[in-house]
Amino acid sequence: MEPILPEKVQELINKFAGEEVYLHLETTNGAYASHFNEKFFSAGAYIRNAKITYEHGKIVGDGPYRIGLKLAIGWVYAEGLTHYGFDEEGHLLMAGHDFDGKLAVALEMGKTPFK
Amino acid sequence: MTETMEIAQERHVLVVFPHPDDEAFGVSGTIAVHTERKTPVTYACLTLGEMGRNLGNPPFATRESLPDIRKAELQKAAEAIGIQDLRMMGLRDKTIEFEDDRKMMNLVTDLINELNPSLIITFYPGYSVHPDHEATARAVIRAVRTMEADKRPKLHCVAFANNTLEEIGPADIRYDIRHVYDKKMAAMKAHISQTIWMLKELESGVAAEGSELHDRFNYEHFWTYTFGEKDKVSEIQKS
Repeated sequence: MEPILPEKVQELINKFAGEEVYLHLETTNGAYASHFNEKFFSAGAYIRNAKITYEHGKIVGDGPYRIGLKLAIGWVYAEGLTHYGFDEEGHLLMAGHDFDGKLAVALEMGKTPFK
Repeated sequence: MTETMEIAQERHVLVVFPHPDDEAFGVSGTIAVHTERKTPVTYACLTLGEMGRNLGNPPFATRESLPDIRKAELQKAAEAIGIQDLRMMGLRDKTIEFEDDRKMMNLVTDLINELNPSLIITFYPGYSVHPDHEATARAVIRAVRTMEADKRPKLHCVAFANNTLEEIGPADIRYDIRHVYDKKMAAMKAHISQTIWMLKELESGVAAEGSELHDRFNYEHFWTYTFGEKDKVSEIQKS
């Protein structure tokens, strides 16, 4: 994974527009957040291998970045993204790694299902 | 604090945890003692910790590469503490509690029927913090509960919720594992993607004699699970 270059990522987002893609979207503060700090309200969500088609998408911000994908009747949104890269199958991986090196958010997509 | 005691000779030890590294933190010293005696130890690790958050910054792994990294770490850790029968059960991190409860219980029952363990090591239901830990513990308790009382293996459980001491009291089992410290440390180091932060703390001298971290590396604690009044695991709901 490399620090996000917004122009580069925008190009990649454009490439997938209008095509059916498999999506992994995740946000998490870890299963132990409330254990270490009982005042902390732990929340998270993920969806894996959702099949979507977006009309267009944008990456915005000065880093960490936000990405929005406009669907025919809805949206995909992620914020806090810092890094991007690819896996062996060519999926586009984007993630937000916090100051301690822990993943806080992930947005990934590609033409084939994730394992 | 409970006095330390000798580790009993077992016929076969079955260890059931959901994540690679669950075995390293709390019980790897005890496992190493059993394997040094040539007691067969089977470790059923339910997932590959696919959803782990420690990926580094700058990143050393991605969401997609993490499972393979953790699988290799798990194999290395098992080797470090002499486990010859490591089974990766193919479930997915963070999903154990959503699996069919009967399927989860049967997974454990099948292992018990095959291996006839005299001791099972797992988490203590209600006091193990992570939803996967809790679901794993429930599956083990339910599987053992269906057995005739005199055929049941012993259940040594790991508890670390903040309310443990206050609600179920201190561990009834405390082992001195200092003579296998190097093996425990090797298992911890094998899971380097998960343990690097803790190992750094350890080396920085935070783990002085008497500290919690020092204690964790030199002693291991278990709560014996008993059926009857203290058993709070629900029956599986009929669907």
